[in-house]
Amino acid sequence: MQAKKRYLILFSAGACLVLLLYLSGVQVPASKRNPNRRDDRSGHRPNSHWPHFTEPLQPFIPWDQTETEDYSAHTWPRQKRDVNSGVYKGKRCRMDSCFDFSLCGKDSFKVYVYPQQKGEKISESYQNILSSIEGSRFYTSDPGQACLFVLNLDTLDRDKLSPQYVHNLKTKIQNLSLWNNGRNHLIFNLYSGTWPDYTEDLGFDIGQAMLAKASTSTENFRPNFDVSIPLFSKDHPRTGGERGYLKYNSIPPFRKYTLVFKGKRYLTGIGSDTRNALYHVHNSEDVVLLTTCKHGKDWQKHKDARCDRDNAEYDRYDYKEMLHNSTFCLVPRGRRLGSFRFLEALQAACIPVVLSNGWELPFSEVIDWSAAAVIGDERLLLQIPSTVHTIHQDKILSLRQQTQFLWEAYFSSVEKIVLTTLEIIHDRVLQQLARSSLMWNRLPGGLFTLPHYSSYLGHFPFYFGPLGIRTLPKFTAVIHAVTPLVSQSQPILKLLAAVAKSQHCAQIVVLWNCDRPLPVKHRWPATSQSVIVIEGENKVMSSRFLPYGSIVTDAVLSLDEDTVLSTTEVDFAFIVWQSFPERIVGYPARSHFWDINKERWGYTSKWTNDYSMVLTGAAFYHRYYNYLYTNYLPASLKSMVDQLSNCEDILMNFLVSAVTKLPPIKVTQKKQYKETMMGQTSRASRWADPDHFAQRQTCMNKFASWFGTMPLVHSQMRLDPVLFKDQVSILRKKYRDIERL
Amino acid sequence: MDRGPPQCARCSTGLNCPWPSPIPERGDLSCRMHTCFDVYRCGYNPKNRIKVYIYPLQRFVDDVGVPISSTGLSREYNDLLSAISDSDFYTDDVTRACLFVPSIDVLNQNSLRIRETAQALATLPRWDKGMNHLLFNMLPGGPPDYNTALDVPRDRALLAGGGFSTWTYRQGYDVSIPVYSPLSDEVDLPERQPGPRRYFILSSQTAIHREYRVELERLKEENGEALLLLDKCSNLSQDMASARKRCYKGQMYDYPQILQESSFCVVLRGARLGQATLSDVLQAGCVPVIMADSYILPFSEVLDWKRASVVIPEEKLPEMYMILKSIPPRQVEEMQRQARWFWEAYFRSMRAIGLTTLQIINDRIYPYAACTYEHWNNPPVVKWSSVNSPLFLPLIPPRSPGFTAVVLTYDRVESLFRVITEIAKVPSLAKLLVVWNNQNKSPPEESLWPKIAVPLKVVRTKENKLSNRFFPFDEIETEAVLAIDDDIIMLTSDELQFGYEVWREFPDRLVGYPGRLHLWDHEMGKWKYESEWTNEVSMVLTGAAFYHKYFNYLYTYKMPGDIKNWVDAHMNCEDIAMNFLVANITGKAPIKVTPRKKFKCPECTAIDGLSLDQTHMVERSECINKFASVFGTMPLKVVEHRADPVLYKDDFPEKLKSFPNIGSL
Repeated sequence: MQAKKRYLILFSAGACLVLLLYLSGVQVPASKRNPNRRDDRSGHRPNSHWPHFTEPLQPFIPWDQTETEDYSAHTWPRQKRDVNSGVYKGKRCRMDSCFDFSLCGKDSFKVYVYPQQKGEKISESYQNILSSIEGSRFYTSDPGQACLFVLNLDTLDRDKLSPQYVHNLKTKIQNLSLWNNGRNHLIFNLYSGTWPDYTEDLGFDIGQAMLAKASTSTENFRPNFDVSIPLFSKDHPRTGGERGYLKYNSIPPFRKYTLVFKGKRYLTGIGSDTRNALYHVHNSEDVVLLTTCKHGKDWQKHKDARCDRDNAEYDRYDYKEMLHNSTFCLVPRGRRLGSFRFLEALQAACIPVVLSNGWELPFSEVIDWSAAAVIGDERLLLQIPSTVHTIHQDKILSLRQQTQFLWEAYFSSVEKIVLTTLEIIHDRVLQQLARSSLMWNRLPGGLFTLPHYSSYLGHFPFYFGPLGIRTLPKFTAVIHAVTPLVSQSQPILKLLAAVAKSQHCAQIVVLWNCDRPLPVKHRWPATSQSVIVIEGENKVMSSRFLPYGSIVTDAVLSLDEDTVLSTTEVDFAFIVWQSFPERIVGYPARSHFWDINKERWGYTSKWTNDYSMVLTGAAFYHRYYNYLYTNYLPASLKSMVDQLSNCEDILMNFLVSAVTKLPPIKVTQKKQYKETMMGQTSRASRWADPDHFAQRQTCMNKFASWFGTMPLVHSQMRLDPVLFKDQVSILRKKYRDIERL
Repeated sequence: MDRGPPQCARCSTGLNCPWPSPIPERGDLSCRMHTCFDVYRCGYNPKNRIKVYIYPLQRFVDDVGVPISSTGLSREYNDLLSAISDSDFYTDDVTRACLFVPSIDVLNQNSLRIRETAQALATLPRWDKGMNHLLFNMLPGGPPDYNTALDVPRDRALLAGGGFSTWTYRQGYDVSIPVYSPLSDEVDLPERQPGPRRYFILSSQTAIHREYRVELERLKEENGEALLLLDKCSNLSQDMASARKRCYKGQMYDYPQILQESSFCVVLRGARLGQATLSDVLQAGCVPVIMADSYILPFSEVLDWKRASVVIPEEKLPEMYMILKSIPPRQVEEMQRQARWFWEAYFRSMRAIGLTTLQIINDRIYPYAACTYEHWNNPPVVKWSSVNSPLFLPLIPPRSPGFTAVVLTYDRVESLFRVITEIAKVPSLAKLLVVWNNQNKSPPEESLWPKIAVPLKVVRTKENKLSNRFFPFDEIETEAVLAIDDDIIMLTSDELQFGYEVWREFPDRLVGYPGRLHLWDHEMGKWKYESEWTNEVSMVLTGAAFYHKYFNYLYTYKMPGDIKNWVDAHMNCEDIAMNFLVANITGKAPIKVTPRKKFKCPECTAIDGLSLDQTHMVERSECINKFASVFGTMPLKVVEHRADPVLYKDDFPEKLKSFPNIGSL
């Protein structure tokens, strides 16, 4: 080793000649260009530049260095990994050193919550966190299945002066049977430390546990191990949550105020500098930064010369009014790095201007905050007004929309915050299944894009635009069969023939959910497309939305067996769907309304001027929604559908609208669907059942309560062929069958 | 190597330097931009560009005259410094600089004397504990334990390092850079079409640990021909040329050319995490399969590696084949394209690596002017074909603000007044704006105008230009604009109100009444304009159309090329231009709304005298061809639907319909 090094240094003497030449004043004239250099110099800059060398320089890697790098003689990779996990503990924990991947299945990620113990005080916020986990698809009640463990002890508030503070956590945690020095544990925390220094210590030894913590500083944050979560109030809703306040994309996007802030000023101690200096940029016109000295009992003791003036100004403005009427909202650090202002601004579409040096922004591992916020530097406070003034209106328009997307995707409820936290850890554990940045930062967001479905963005209905790609012009029809095949004039056979004639039909899947055995093959009509008959799993309703592997096209045409459709109608709806691949596009539509008297959601199948659902007895949608229906929705809702043998279409509409925030699309049809439906006398027809309607009403309310909100959206329009019922020769019309009765 | 008492690196010429110079502290792991970087030096500047100073070249030797580095200035570091000095980051004024780059080459730690290099750094006149200094290092550490960051003590200096691990990388402070491969310059690998290659997986590295080679060989046994497992050629004399050859069972392959024959290429950690092979693999458009636990991928702060590579934990090497097989072929193709693009943009030269590093630091200092995800990650072909609608949020605005009708008029006062009277009946009309395009004549006196319930404003223009109808007047306070000609009197109040309701559901589109189509004329080999009653629509006329006010800005300030002038000069096709613009930025077709009635003169512009004649149509065809060439593509999208009220023409009592008076002639 030593010898080698010495050799290298001796060898270097020659190499340095080049430099010596230069240093002893032999400068290369600019005209003598080095032929080895590829980068062209613009040549019009007069000032002194990096010199050129005529003599060839040495490469930085000698050609044989890869040989010397061979480390076979040294540590074995396995040993090296073991060494890492021995060395990198505590503040240097990383997934590679402090997390046991072997507890997680090959592609499953399960979370266990310690059972709650009697007498253990748990705050409402922590209760919400725990129930969100228990209601999620990651939850397991079997610790043997689990790869991540969550405590039944409330660790949210670790401020010793707080009434919520839980004592003796240290012993309680050590007594947990599965604690294992915190390995694979996740600890939630909103507040740590207390006056005067507000350290980030939780007051007990977290061992090798991961932290999901608010107000984390970059110094203490362990990248790809901890998760930075937002500070949320105890009133933050458990599920659903309010939508963002942005109602219009007004242009120019400027609001009454450019930049606002209203909050406490601490006068002394940690975090007081920035807020104390805000008055320098306050101009009471477009930049309104208000502070009050009034907080705590003894604020008068620290009172400074500005306090009275500041306090008076503070009382003149209404916070809500400012929030809704400002383009930017200042989010300066408080005592701790994070503050409630952040989420408030986000929801209000008031672009956060973050002044909190060293704050690891919420979910920074996956969220690209530069697309939704302005990250300032406390040291440059005085530049902030000019900075925000230079931000172009296009950028404001897009920042503002992004605040709304992020708010609704990840922050509007405790459940979303918790699920986002779990999904981030999921993506680390199942690395190959991790979402790409696009999935996190584009509509509809990471919680609605399940990577197990596909790693390819083009397989989802959401990214055709951003990727510049198109869908395949084919669809798969899935016919839900519940009555036995007895006659050749049965509706299902007509339907099959009509669908098969469509030029866009790639294949037809008959889902045999009838309790009779499968009909023999020759009973099915001969069609040009392949007909695949699948025996339904348990013959339950939800099986019609299973993501069958045999569905190979993006588009699924979901059909009831008694649906009456012509080939033309199918073709037209499919063409429309291609323009709206993220929505349900179909024929019979239904509507919901808020029943004021009964204080609940109502369902109507009457002919109305608007609709919010399209029945999946005849509708196109993207096959991803089959996957989402099966894997995203909780077992409770799916089993309700199965037990009632009803409402599956309502649930699908809820799901798709929750994802898209948009209504489905109704296309025109011959006016016979409804009549046929109602005239059905077949004993299997569920539409004939008088309970049917009441059940659907109940379903609506059950679904709305699980979603925490009503996701359905009304539409007042229907899409018809361009020349539909126009007074031109029918021969000019492409979809003439649709208007022929 | 024992050199006796402490040595000090000394400057050989010119400068006064403290002696013995102190040794900087090891890098501080807690350093972040807000703690170890002096942002005041960068200051506020309108270009949002940091200024970078490069120290003049000096020769550093210890007190017995031995240089601190065995190579001195390397070719690569020289290229890097030249590139910076040629870029607009560069300043030769040390007092204006925000970032300082030493001319001491630390790219390869192997060739450095660590302690002496550190001392040399400390002698730099502006060193100041390494504040705002940037060091470039590609090969950190040395035997036996190969640290993952440069071992040279460097105080607070930022490190652009190749081969960081998660434990040494200071997120948001350091920059992870590639290990430059000299083959980038030496070998020309033309870009290949993405698609399946001869081999599925290729391993071409020579210094693979035995443990991993055994596992790779096992995979090879299981999967046969799909895998190609190369190693050094044992029969060649070990010289420079042998670095460009690889062998498998006596068969010789050219490296890196062979990389182009595989869909996936293994990039395993060596002693170091960063491998120059990664660059070769990307250059070949082969999808790297990176197995280097805890490795911080190059430029991971801005690059979405998920789209260009597969990262597999080292432990899962045996599952590699299964994992890769599960990736859909279309995704593999996109990853191949993406890999090549990463090489072209960020790996191919020291210039690319250096300037990317500076851009990343620049983005941290001016985050509000930072490059977007799309800018960093979309290859040109995607940038070209993808759309990122400026109105991307799914938002159905409330009905209440209503819309502003903008009527462009010249002097057809009578007809104008009729239009105003008709539009005033629409419930959601918020304001009426008359754009008076006649400079020779004043608009009628105020008392003569129809009395309507909403504000009516008249704006006079300076020139009689068609583009004036799309000017983003401050008077337009609503999002929704109804552009309407002064002779469109045939639309009913229900039809207009319904149009507005449809616009609310599609606020990012043009929503209009008469639809038009573009067609490819195979005989002439060019686009043709079609106004006959067709089953398809790709444009709506703006003689009566709703759209978002944002598009007025786009039309007025961002219309590509000379389209705007062309429209004004020809007094035609402003509507086609608007359709192009909206379709191009949103990737969406317009929405045509119900009525199919004969507009009096739908192809007429607001100016009298033009008529629906053949020449007019020819001109509109020309417009389409002209605009398509300016846009470089045909952005218009063809659809076969139009929007009708839900109960349109249904057998249902008219009085119960929201919009009964629609579509009657």
